[in-house]
Amino acid sequence: MAQMKLIPFMSKRLTTAAFSGLLIIASLGSLAFQGLNLGLDFTGGTLVEIGYEEPADLSVVRSQLRDLGFPEARVQYFGSERDVVIRLQQDDNPELGNELVQELRGDLDQQLTLRRSEFVGPQVGEELRDRGGLGMIIALLAVMVYIAMRFQFKFGVGAVGALMHDVIVVVGIFSIFQLDFDLTVLAALLATIGYSLNDSIVVSDRIRENFRNIRRDDVSYIIDLSLTQMLGRTLVTSGTTALVLLSLLIFGGEMIRMFALALLIGIVVGTYSSIYVTSNLLVQMNLTKQDLARPEKKENDDEPEEIPDWLKDED
Amino acid sequence: MLNRFPLWKYLMVAIVVLMGLVYSLPNLYPADYALQISPSAATGSIGSQVEEESLELLQEQNIAVRRTERDNGTLLIRLENPEDQLVARTVVQQALGDDFVVALNQAETTPRWLQAIGARPMALGLDLSGGVHFLMEVDMDEYLGDRMADYASTLRRELRAENIRFATIEQTDDRVITASFRTTEDRSEAENLIRRQFPEFSRSSTSDGQLQQLRLVISEDRIEQLQSNALQQNLTTLSNRVNELGVAEPLVQRQGNNRIVVELPGIQDTAAAKRVIGRAAELEFRLEARSDASPLDREEYPFREGSGRSGTAELSTEVIATGENVTGANFEYDENNRPQVSVNLNSAGGSRMMQATRQNVGRNMGVLFIEYNTITTYRTVDGERVAEYENVVDRSIISLATIQSAFGPSFRITGLNSAAEASELALLLRAGALAAPMYFVEERTIGPSLGADNIRMGVTSVIVGFMLVIAFMILWYRTFGLFANIALSVNLLLIMAIMSTLGATLTLPGIAGIVLTVGMAVDANVLIFSRIREELDNGVTPQAAIKAGFDRAFVTILDANITTLIVAVILFAVGTGAVRGFAVTLSVGILTSMFTAILGTRSLVNLFYGGRDLKRVPIWGVWAWRK
Repeated sequence: MAQMKLIPFMSKRLTTAAFSGLLIIASLGSLAFQGLNLGLDFTGGTLVEIGYEEPADLSVVRSQLRDLGFPEARVQYFGSERDVVIRLQQDDNPELGNELVQELRGDLDQQLTLRRSEFVGPQVGEELRDRGGLGMIIALLAVMVYIAMRFQFKFGVGAVGALMHDVIVVVGIFSIFQLDFDLTVLAALLATIGYSLNDSIVVSDRIRENFRNIRRDDVSYIIDLSLTQMLGRTLVTSGTTALVLLSLLIFGGEMIRMFALALLIGIVVGTYSSIYVTSNLLVQMNLTKQDLARPEKKENDDEPEEIPDWLKDED
Repeated sequence: MLNRFPLWKYLMVAIVVLMGLVYSLPNLYPADYALQISPSAATGSIGSQVEEESLELLQEQNIAVRRTERDNGTLLIRLENPEDQLVARTVVQQALGDDFVVALNQAETTPRWLQAIGARPMALGLDLSGGVHFLMEVDMDEYLGDRMADYASTLRRELRAENIRFATIEQTDDRVITASFRTTEDRSEAENLIRRQFPEFSRSSTSDGQLQQLRLVISEDRIEQLQSNALQQNLTTLSNRVNELGVAEPLVQRQGNNRIVVELPGIQDTAAAKRVIGRAAELEFRLEARSDASPLDREEYPFREGSGRSGTAELSTEVIATGENVTGANFEYDENNRPQVSVNLNSAGGSRMMQATRQNVGRNMGVLFIEYNTITTYRTVDGERVAEYENVVDRSIISLATIQSAFGPSFRITGLNSAAEASELALLLRAGALAAPMYFVEERTIGPSLGADNIRMGVTSVIVGFMLVIAFMILWYRTFGLFANIALSVNLLLIMAIMSTLGATLTLPGIAGIVLTVGMAVDANVLIFSRIREELDNGVTPQAAIKAGFDRAFVTILDANITTLIVAVILFAVGTGAVRGFAVTLSVGILTSMFTAILGTRSLVNLFYGGRDLKRVPIWGVWAWRK
């Protein structure tokens, strides 16, 4: 082995476990007490995005809406001061969006353009909510089964533990800061699962390899070694992904902002969890050499398995 | 040892790259904004005078025209500037009037040789092109309720016709009709008839002391069939109506058991779109009024334009069947090669038709088309053009023909003037009315400015993200980073090529998926390169380190990508619209990145370094830490 300085990740494992625990409690607490700021996709309702020629005065728009009989309307800037989004809980009138633009245009001497209008009926919102939750559960299960098959049951638990940790924390942050949780955020959450998994697998793969090749049966040592070896790769991959997400966050526009934000948080949390949560759980479950014993016939090999013919060298 | 690929592997990589290049090429040719003018009646045609008139009008408005094409009875006017499109359409439509449909179109500019090999540009989703998305739900409860009521009345009529006496026949539950009889003989006769003619009902007998009851429960199969028919007919109706709107590439698609998605790119006026889509139209079959009928029993209607006849005719007020009874209508030719329309009615309509025609051979039967329509008129008020809308009920006769002999549920309408008239009549009969009521459950409108902004911002973020990653990789991995970058560029090319050839739609979340792929695709290379560095640190020779790096990282890459793919597939399965767009590009990106990052990079490495004695591997960049 190369003389790489071993970073004692696992010596901090109690501290990080406490930290993760705290994050999860805060997230669950916020979810329980203030819930999520669910977007139109899930609640049903009407959303209208209007482009003004001059910067719009939100208080004027609000009072206009009050006069029109929508005191509960939520009015916000969207990206710029010339772009205003109005959200209404009404979900029984698909025409509402168009009507609003007409009305708001009424007593202003500037031209308004309807940039976007969305109406989601109550039954659709409910359905999307159900399907989103269902997708999350199926994804977690499918992934657990795959890892349990490819690696070993304890790795499956470790990886899924990390995934749940990531999902809870990301959702928790959205709840704590009351950020808009819409369909694209849900997609980002599922993508986070994919990403965090990617990390967990790469780390698990190395842990397995080291367990087989190194004679010491000390879980903490092997995990520290594996994490140290993979640290460069983990940071580079997270780094490049974070770079493109930052680009998306900054240049991608308002409609994709929450998606980029959720995924960015997901990647930071996912990188952290693949180091601390997965490994922590593996130590906790006391992973041993025996857990990784191969079926008898394939005795020795540190050779990677299953390299297809088309990739083999013909030298 | 050396790292060399056989020739065929290099060739394979080269061919894939070449294909990727060719099939992503059409995306470089942006579509022309165009007007598509076609005659509104199937009988019409477009002559050169229409072309000249339109061009003159556009010239008056200072709208620059790029090119015009005329074929298959339609005229395509390509415009220089996208922002002229809406104005141009209004101007031309007003001048040409109702005889022509002027539609907005995005005309392809892909060169012919690319079209010939099936290459085409990616379709843009509504969030990028602007347009309207509707989700409509069919009210199945109401529809099934109506069908059960139909059944009850048909049963009453059939039993009466067979002289079977009954006390009541009524719908008593959602899917149940209960018939009651005074005697058990009547009941068993009725049961026999129902068994023969209405096998879709299961029967059970009960008695409440006074009356003998027959409980009829409709089968699940039949209900499913009814629902599927209703949805299918609504789908047809909507498609036909959407075609009238004049949209370049409309989408009318079934979603689930009871919903229909309608997407209209480029349409901005949702109100107008909804008036057409939600339009209620109805058909009635009536006898021509006798000349001696009392004025109360007859009504005078004009012939519908394009029906080949002019003037008016008088019809009896009694309605024999309506469009709801039509289960099918087809345009065909008779033995003398004259056009005709064959019509199928459901059983209720069929038996009423049988009764009416049996007694009226030799008289004329008319088909009355009733349309609840909104007319748009343009007026000039204070120098500004304003559109005014008015709701009107329009009744006109689409066909009036002699009853040759008694007929039932299937018959033919003959005496039509032309094939065009016949096919239009068949279409109207089929698509005249919605089979079941529908309401809007979701509606999204994206304005054209937002669509354009989304494309611009999406492309910017892809380019910036891509540049950042490229710079980082070169700084970190030097020449190997450059190889990874070439692979990454090819990956982008392949994603575009595959999306284009599959006919997949690119959406804003789809672009996000591409951006994410750019970030994640390098992961495979990062894994390989870190492994090579490790091996080199362990004192392995350069060529062996390269080989070991690629070989050992492979399984890890495979595992990581398969799990991500699992997630992407689940996303696609449970997601709708926006989420699906993301799932598609993510899946495609994962698959192509496996190819480019492993095989593509390896080919480059083998090509440049694999065939010679290598002293050092240029895999440490200026930034990379080294022990």
